[in-house]
Formats: sequence, structure tokens, C-alpha cells
Amino acid sequence: MKMNGAEIFVKALGDLGVDVVFGYPGGAVLHIYDELFKNTKVRHYLTRHEQGAVHMADGYARASGRTGVALVTSGPGATNTVTGIATAYMDSIPIVVFTGQVPTLMIGNDAFQEADIVGITRPCTKHNYLVKETKDLARIVKEAFFLASTGRPGPVLVDIPKDVLMNSAEYLLPKEVSVRGYHPNYEGHPKQVESAIRLLMEKERPVLYVGGGIILSSAASLLTEFARILGIPVTTTLMGMGAYPGTDPLNMGMLGMHGTYHANMAISHSDLILALGARFDDRVTGKIDEFAPHAKIIHVDIDPTSIQKNVPVDIPIVGDLKDVLKKMIKLVKGTKEAAQYREKIAPWREQIGKWARTHPLSYKKSAGKIKPQYVVEKIYEITKGDAIIATEVGQNQMWAAQFYKYDRPRTFLSSGGLGTMGYGFPAAIGAQVANPGKLVVDIAGDGSIQMNIQELATAVQYRLPVKVVILNNGVLGMVRQWQELFFQGKYSQTCLPQIPDFVKLAEAYGAAGFRATRTEEVAGVLKKGFAAKGPAFIDIVCDPNEMVYPMVPAGAPLTKMLLV
Amino acid sequence: MRHTISVFVENEFGVLSRVSGLFSGRGFNIESLSVAETMDESVSRMTIVTSGNDQIIEQILKQLNKLISVIKVVDLTGVETVDRELVLVKVNADPETKAEVLRLVDIFRAKIVDVAPRCYTVEMTGDEAKVKAFLQLLRPVGIKEVVRTGLVSIARGM
Repeated sequence: MKMNGAEIFVKALGDLGVDVVFGYPGGAVLHIYDELFKNTKVRHYLTRHEQGAVHMADGYARASGRTGVALVTSGPGATNTVTGIATAYMDSIPIVVFTGQVPTLMIGNDAFQEADIVGITRPCTKHNYLVKETKDLARIVKEAFFLASTGRPGPVLVDIPKDVLMNSAEYLLPKEVSVRGYHPNYEGHPKQVESAIRLLMEKERPVLYVGGGIILSSAASLLTEFARILGIPVTTTLMGMGAYPGTDPLNMGMLGMHGTYHANMAISHSDLILALGARFDDRVTGKIDEFAPHAKIIHVDIDPTSIQKNVPVDIPIVGDLKDVLKKMIKLVKGTKEAAQYREKIAPWREQIGKWARTHPLSYKKSAGKIKPQYVVEKIYEITKGDAIIATEVGQNQMWAAQFYKYDRPRTFLSSGGLGTMGYGFPAAIGAQVANPGKLVVDIAGDGSIQMNIQELATAVQYRLPVKVVILNNGVLGMVRQWQELFFQGKYSQTCLPQIPDFVKLAEAYGAAGFRATRTEEVAGVLKKGFAAKGPAFIDIVCDPNEMVYPMVPAGAPLTKMLLV
Repeated sequence: MRHTISVFVENEFGVLSRVSGLFSGRGFNIESLSVAETMDESVSRMTIVTSGNDQIIEQILKQLNKLISVIKVVDLTGVETVDRELVLVKVNADPETKAEVLRLVDIFRAKIVDVAPRCYTVEMTGDEAKVKAFLQLLRPVGIKEVVRTGLVSIARGM
């Protein structure tokens, strides 16, 4: 039976099991919206900005493990998605973004609301498509989901001209998808895995350096099993928060620029690093030539380009972490060697324990102004570590990583690679859509929250009870911190004198607003805010002079930390 | 070090910009690039000449492989190959230089493909060294214009 492109598109979404779309209508996608009006399978969430739609799809994907979907119109609708797409690309998040396009015959004519979005997003998508004919539409939609969610996941964009939506064709959704240039390697080479374990067992100061790949691969429980069998200390990247239980004694916390003292000391003194789904980013390694100078490196990643990109690797293993960790566990589980190894590296764990005790994560408590770290600690206590936490970018993000313990994967949502201010709030909304019963908290700053604040209307409209805790210090804290440390305290354009009254603002949108200005009010206000029925802004007026420590200055080795 | 890389890609719009965008976006260098359809019209073959240290070349090969539109990548460096480039040269053909041009065309097994009153257009194919020598020898005669295809390369034998 012939259908028009819009019908094919919406039917394909339904047949692929998509039940949630975040979007914003416009001229080029009117036919799709007309179809969605009749459809009951696909729930559409109307956002207030296209960037919000993409971050919501991203937050939905990170929190659920499913592929997020955004739908926008051509031209400005499409260009507004770019930051969201680049955010997902840097963090390998599976989303599919559908953009409308002017009719095929008008492409290239500078038509109204035309933008070459396929050209614009080429370097920040895993792949993208311009659909030229209606008959290809269903197949391309299926391919887009296949590419986004397999291998190293990532965003895929599909640009659909208006005439492709209006013309008719047979509905042909292929059963199987195959793309001849795309063959991700899931199975780690058994010989390489054996050599890796052999090398590991020879060493005395091992560290598991764990990134977001563990979460993307759903390999967190395997990682926990493996680390415990051998008693190896674990450090996670920002993206790896929740990949290994935050409360486990083997967990040293985050490493890198704002990592813990003991994680950075451990990696710098280690003789073997087993890197799992992490990519040796500059925020992790510090000065690259002095990174882990004594260590042999085993690197497991599904993306061959990540291996040997920033640091030379001794044993590369290309594969899915689930497969590789299963193989590794099989080689060591229940063996005499594993027990001996655990014993052998006991002094190493003791050494790390000593480092941890000399410089634990801390801050100077004061009776006067509210310390933002204290707020994050209270959020942890009140939620008993059971919330989904989204963050914005900057100091709020680092404190959320340092002072909240993440025991489970998919509970910490943060723009790690691109560092997108304005990410956290819409991502939290997306996570709430995926987890209706859960408490979802966005830990924000007063700068970041103003970058996608319009999405409060979305949260109110759909009764999504996201809680935004604003660590309101009246400054762009992280940039100001650099100015304080490296630019002689000249605070160029980092003070925000015109901060809105967030309580009134929340109320103006129909949400609830709360405020704390004194330390002793914090716990009570957080509890009230979290208990509110709908979405809430919880404005906590914090000490503007507080800084994130430890800090490794850019370009310095990890051992040169500035401490509290 | 210089590397010659064969890249088999889907023959569809936008592929060239995916490949060239990869090189420019990641700061890799392209010395020459040539592309045309293969016997299978759904596949195009690119020959890319690039340079970099081992680590960069490894990244180039891996990043090319990562592109969804790329079907196969072959590094021809260290392989016995036949390398060819085609060059068209417009050269002065005054009464006093004509003989020299004809002599060089003969020696290099080139061809005159267009004749105008004071100008010959010469077609020559060869590997890089031959093209370079030919152009060097023609220079004193007076080259008006040159166009080159960029290198194409194929492995010898089966």
C-alpha cells in the first residue's frame, strides 16, 4: 500500500519501537506533525527551543540506554540542534535527530529557512543523511537508529526535504540493516586479552582507569566483578561516574584536573594502567609527556581511533567491554593466581589509602556563607544517593562529581567532552521522561541555568517534577577561578550582577521556587523542594569565592595539584 | 613520511567532503587526492597522498575506516606499486623553442594534443619523478599553464 512520506516516517518510528520524541514544529515538517496529531503510538514532547529538544533526547538516552529522538524543522530549527548534537557526539550518546528541509528542487537556492544541515553537522555526527526519495525513507530511518546505537554510539542526523514527506511510495522497512562500510568489532581478540592479563599479573601497582564506555556497553556489573576478584583500585573519568560503585572501597573517585589526590597519585605511580572505555582526554592526563611515567598501558575500546591517539599503548584491544571483561573474568575467576595477586598488591592499596587520608576531598566549612560542596553533600544525604543527577558545566559539575557518590550507572548525566553550559536542565527533563517515578535533580549554577531556562515551561506543561538546585554564587565560577589563579584576579566579564529572582521566575512559569541564604536552612529547603509535586527551582545563595580543589593547572603533570 | 592511501568509498554525493573534512578538521595534510568511479559503479576509489609520522598515519587510516561511507582503506606504502600522474602543459612554441619542445616530448614519450600559433599543449603521464623532470626541463622554454591529476596508484601483480 502506498503512503506519503510523513505517514511512512511516523509508521517507521512506531515500528522501530520509538515511543518518545522531543521536538519543535515548523513549516518544513508540518506534514509530520499532521501525522503525529493522528498517531497515538509516539508521544511528542513540545520543547521551547530546539537545543532543548536535543539535550532532552540525549538525557533520555543516557538515563535509559535507549536511543533518544529529536524532531525539528529546517533552517534555524536545524541549526539550533548543532550544540546538542556536538554534545552527544563528544560523549558517544545514541540519538537520532530528524530535521525538515526545503523541497528538493529548492535546495541550494537559499530558500526560506534553508540551511545545509548535513554539511554543517558532518563533523559532529557519527553519520548523516539527506533523504532524496520517499522510497528510501523507511530504510534510512532504520539505518539511522542502527548506526546511532551500535558500535561506538553517537548522534545520527536525517535531513528530510518537504517533497519527500509529501510524495508517496510503498512502505518498505527492511528486516535487517547492513551497511557495507560499517563493521564494528565487538569481540576482543582472545590472544590480546590473554597477554593483557599476563602483563597485569606481573605488575604490582595496577589501576583500572574507567570511562563512559563501561556505561555505554552496560558492562558496569562485570567491571565490579573483575575489579573485586583482583582487588584492583579503580578511578573513573567524569563520564565514568557510576560505572563502578562510588561507595566501594576500591573506588578512588575521579582522576584528572579536578580528580582526587589519591587517584592522581595512584595513576602517576602506577606500573600498569588498564584503560576501559576511556580516551585519555587532556582533562584526564594533564601534561601528556609526564602522564603515568612508570606504567605499561592496556587499552580496551570499541573504537580503534581512540587507541594510540593521545598516548602510546602497550596492549591494544578493540572490542566491546562486555565481551572483553567476560573473557578477562573467565581467565582469573576462582584461580589461585587471583587470590595471590590480591595479596601481592595489598601494599599498593595501603599506599593509596595513605594518600587518601592525607588529602581527602574537603573544603573549609564556615558558619557564614553557604558552601556549595556542603549543598551537594546534603543532596546526597537527603536523596540517599538514589537520585538521577544531571549537571550543568563548570564548578557545579565538578562539585557534583566530587561530593555525590554514584553507585549505579546512568545516574550521572553531564556534558563531559564538549562541556555544554545549559545541558543539565533539559537533560534532566529527558531523564525524567525516561524514569517517571524517579527523583531527578539538576545541579546547576546561576550562569548555566540561564542558558536553557525556557525549558521550565516544558517541565511544567508535562508535569515533569525535575528539581533544579542552583548553586547561586553570582559569578561564572569556573572561569572566575582561572582568573583568580592565573590572571591575577582580574575578573573580566565573569560577574553576573543581573541575576533574576529564581523563586519568582519559577513561579512565573507555574513551577515552585525555594531559597536558602544560610547554611542551616539548606537541608530544610532541599527537602521541601524535593517534596514539591511539580518541577522546582531551589535557589541556594552560595559563597562566590569558593573554588574547586584539587586542581591540576592546564599543562601541568597530575602530581602538581593545587590543594585546599 | 609520505604515504599513498587507496580509499574505496560509496559513490554518492557528499562523500568527498566527508573525507576532505576529516583531513581538514583533524589537521591532517593532503598532498594530492584523485577520485573516480571503479568497475562497480556504486564504488569510487580515491588515491590520497599524505604525510605524517607513524602515529599520525595510524590515526589517518583508522579515522578513514571509521567513516560510514568508507568501504575499504589500503595503505600502499611499502607495497610494490605502479604510480602514475597525468599532466597537461601549455608551453611556448616560438620558432626558436619549437624544436626543443618536440625533442622533450619525444624523449618523455609525451604527446602534443593541441596546437596553436605560438603554443603547444602537451600531455604526459608518468610517476612523480618523471613529471617533475619533465616540467623542470620545459621550464626554460616557457610554461604558460600546468594542470595535474594528482597521483593514482595500484599494487603490482595480483
